[in-house]
Amino acid sequence: MFQDLSFALPSGTALVVTGANGIGKSSLLRTLAGLVVLAGGTLRLEDGEDDRLPAEHAHYFGHQNAVKAALSVLENLSFWQGFTSPVTTSAYQATALSPEAALDLLGIGHTIDLPAGFLSAGQTRRLALARLLVTPRPIWLMDEPTSALDKASEGQLLDLMNGHLAAGGLIVTATHTELALAKTSILHLRTTDPVFPEEEDLPA
Amino acid sequence: MSSWAAVLFRRDLRLSVRVGGSALVGVLFFLAVVTVIPFGVGPDLNLLSRIGPAILWIGALLATLLGLDRLFQADREDGTLDLMLMAGRPLELLVLIKCLAHWVATGLPLVIAAPLLGIFLNLDPVATGSVTLTLLVGTPALTLIGAIGAALTVSLRRGGLLLAVLVIPLAIPVLIFGVSAADAAIHDPVPFLTPFLILCSLSLIAAVIGPLAAAAALRFAGD
Repeated sequence: MFQDLSFALPSGTALVVTGANGIGKSSLLRTLAGLVVLAGGTLRLEDGEDDRLPAEHAHYFGHQNAVKAALSVLENLSFWQGFTSPVTTSAYQATALSPEAALDLLGIGHTIDLPAGFLSAGQTRRLALARLLVTPRPIWLMDEPTSALDKASEGQLLDLMNGHLAAGGLIVTATHTELALAKTSILHLRTTDPVFPEEEDLPA
Repeated sequence: MSSWAAVLFRRDLRLSVRVGGSALVGVLFFLAVVTVIPFGVGPDLNLLSRIGPAILWIGALLATLLGLDRLFQADREDGTLDLMLMAGRPLELLVLIKCLAHWVATGLPLVIAAPLLGIFLNLDPVATGSVTLTLLVGTPALTLIGAIGAALTVSLRRGGLLLAVLVIPLAIPVLIFGVSAADAAIHDPVPFLTPFLILCSLSLIAAVIGPLAAAAALRFAGD
């Protein structure tokens, strides 16, 4: 899928992956998430927990919401809180929100007892996002995080992402929209053969 | 370990008893299979009571297969499986717990329904008791073996049929010893305990091999 791709991300920084459709942005995120096996090369996480893979320090917020329509909103979120193991490192200290607080924060607190199947696309997306808040993990891998969100929730998402960066977390996101994040680097993927995918650092 | 396992177990149990779950469908299918047999073979009560244990076992096997294809597929389709792979929990244990929840939701109702259906098949109380007991220790093996097939066919859209073809040959030993233990209880000279203990051991073996193989297949399907 890729070759000669390398980047390093210091703590508290977001990496915005850009590029044309089909260039492999999602595949890059899935590789970082450990869902696609590396054909070669290494992924290394400094200052992580030794007995965990890098992928197990990460939240993957992809196109699919992993929300069960038959369970209530609270049951969905409580499951992920109880099931996913939290990870904190010395560089990343964040406290877990309770499911109720996370839902209130994202503005879907009133739906807490409804079956998740009744939620709109945007609300389901926000429920999926709430999963990242109830279990602290230092890396957020976000594939098109703003899809299906309205302007107000998009702003809220940016606040959350900036909060995560301020706590010392890392974000890798593939997106087509401009995200006003505190500290970003941009990784632009290109196909043109002789030119390697280039990496540039932009101060925000 | 205990807390996340309990959380996963409760969630899977809830999902299978709610709308779209497979708990009730399995036992209704079991009922349908067992009730049509007397119509097929005719009103020969001796024949029915002789083949009764086998019919209950085959019915249980088919009913178990019916719900198995959704064991991992439902979680794969909405992205849950990806997150489960990343959750930092041992996958083998996760598979074992999902199987356990699946068995409680779909296998246990079959065991509970078996004595009632035994009446349809003219089984005497001893035969009914022995079939129920063999189903109780044998159906977990069917679920665990089926989990291998479910994991292998997880990425196929209509994997249910392939799953049945893959799983039925592997389930034959369970069927043989289940039925022979039940028969042994009815026909006196044959010892009941020998095939019954072999059936127990098959379940225990399946509890080790099933999760290991299914977890390997799920990791492979993740690519």
